Amino acid sequence: MISMKRILLASVFAVAGFGTASAADLTVGFSQIGSESGWRAAETSVSKIEAEKRGIAFKIADAQQKQENQIKAIRGFIAQGVDAIFIAPVVATGWDTVLAEAKEADIPVILLDRTIETADDSLYLTAVTSDTVHEGKVAGEWLAKTVADKDCKVLELQGTVGSSPAINRKKGFEEGIASASNIKIVRSQTGDFTRSKGKEVMEGFLKAENGGKDICALYAHNDDMAVGAIQAIKEAGLKPGKDILVVSVDAVPDIFKAMADGEANATVELTPNMAGPAFDALKEFKDSGKAPPKWIQTESKLFTQADDPMKVYEEKKGLGY
Amino acid sequence: MKNMFIPAAARAAPQLGSLALILFLNYLAFPGFFEIRFQDGRLYGSLVDVLNRGAPIIILAIGMTAVIASRGVDLSVGAVMAVSGALAATMTVAGYPVPVAVIAAIGVGLLCGLWNGVLVAYFDLQPIVATLILMVTGRGIAQLITEGSIVTFNEPGLIFFGSGAILGIPVPILIAACLLAVTIVLVRRTALGLLIESIGVNRSASSYAGLNSKLLLLVIYGFCGVCAALAGIIIAADIRGADANNAGLWLELDAILAVVIGGTSLFGGRFSLIMSAIGAIIIQAMNTGILLSGFPPEYNLILKALVIIVILLAQSFSSLGGWAFLKGEFRAKGTRQQ
Repeated sequence: MISMKRILLASVFAVAGFGTASAADLTVGFSQIGSESGWRAAETSVSKIEAEKRGIAFKIADAQQKQENQIKAIRGFIAQGVDAIFIAPVVATGWDTVLAEAKEADIPVILLDRTIETADDSLYLTAVTSDTVHEGKVAGEWLAKTVADKDCKVLELQGTVGSSPAINRKKGFEEGIASASNIKIVRSQTGDFTRSKGKEVMEGFLKAENGGKDICALYAHNDDMAVGAIQAIKEAGLKPGKDILVVSVDAVPDIFKAMADGEANATVELTPNMAGPAFDALKEFKDSGKAPPKWIQTESKLFTQADDPMKVYEEKKGLGY
Repeated sequence: MKNMFIPAAARAAPQLGSLALILFLNYLAFPGFFEIRFQDGRLYGSLVDVLNRGAPIIILAIGMTAVIASRGVDLSVGAVMAVSGALAATMTVAGYPVPVAVIAAIGVGLLCGLWNGVLVAYFDLQPIVATLILMVTGRGIAQLITEGSIVTFNEPGLIFFGSGAILGIPVPILIAACLLAVTIVLVRRTALGLLIESIGVNRSASSYAGLNSKLLLLVIYGFCGVCAALAGIIIAADIRGADANNAGLWLELDAILAVVIGGTSLFGGRFSLIMSAIGAIIIQAMNTGILLSGFPPEYNLILKALVIIVILLAQSFSSLGGWAFLKGEFRAKGTRQQ
């Protein structure tokens, strides 16, 4: 009863709010993983902004990192009869049953940021994700271009051992520098994607490599580890960004501050705007019935010190990173 | 008095031996391991790193030793670190003076500890369950304080706790050393240590003997919370930011391990603060050694586990009387066969 009332109220508000505009009648439910990281928070707030821009009624359910909560939320969205469901799946498997229910109710499902493992890929309309191998490759190519034919010893801070972004960003970077035989990764360790481990591991690296004097660059699988490592480089008496080039992935606000200070050189953006392309694909599907490709790759944009880092920092700061 | 020291030194042999062995292995992996020089007004070298990175674990282990000696355990110290670091950082960013922020952070650690203490002493919850509550909620509280993001600060006064130095010695090492010294004096120059051991051995007997065991447990858990808060401030100051998701993550396990390596029994009773500190240094020396060795990161945890097994076996062997015990076994078997 209560939920019926809520739906009625919601639709009343939706009609009242958006008037007669035809596209405004879309209601989309989003099952978000939870607040696992700053990037997640930014993804949620950017999704809200993108929905508002398009006049789409947008409902977010926070799953607190639990699949059963996500499944409950999806069933809730189906019962409410939304027009589409977005899911950022917390794990890769176990979605077939609930997605079949959505399919039966004729509600298209779009996966954001992560994909799932299923034998039947008609269960979802499309997946909007970043190519993490490509991210690493962009970073590697930037380094290859920047050092040109100078000899370059690289230190690598990996993400959590066994996690797919760590495996892929490593692979991509190696592809990016494959053609440059003058660039060599001399040490590679995990910094668990955190600042404090990034700093601790970098301290060890610098000592093991003759105080860091022969090192030309650091590649970190995320910005947080790079921020920690930058402090370790400073404490070792070297200048990050000059003596040791720093390139990382993610584009969180703090790395832009470091770039503005000349202490970091480049970062590859993992865009928090996964919902934007998803809304566009959904709209086209609803209007013309044309199904989008099964995978929509988001742009992995490279930012350097030349891109007015302070301005980007101000823009990103309010997104909840 | 004199012959009291000899068994103590003999008891410490497996730990000191393990530490020496690990330091030697580090030296083999990285010949510059023992080099220490002066840089930018502070000591700089791998050995300094071991102590500096180990300082938060030493501080946690000091509090944890008291708790474990009382036959308890505190699983919440990692989460309390996150809470206190988050509070110190957020208050500093909000413009409060550093001493106020630090005192507030220590205060919130004390509160967390007292909460655990009340649950254990007055509501008779099992310590592992009582502290599990805060282990889970603490990180949530920290996230509420930081609003889910990493709060970064540039206030030199707070950064001083993580990367400052006095007379060339990094501040975290000094804090750990002072805390260790003060605590040892407190428990060994008064009856406090004896009382803690007595409730660890038999709480109801101690109560019947006239000891206010509830109040004492409250004090012990409160102290453990304060230690966790100090460690949390150091860790936040070190990276100039409070990371509610990751600060102190799994450090409660390192702290418990340090206490166990130091030879304090999980069943309470006799404890040694200095041995727990050595246990913490062993753990950190091992971590630093793995980083210097250049092994692929997939081996990190396996190497760590192997070393820990060896240390604990050596310790258990020596506490059983080592070879003498084995000989006794054989003799007993021989007698039975006759």
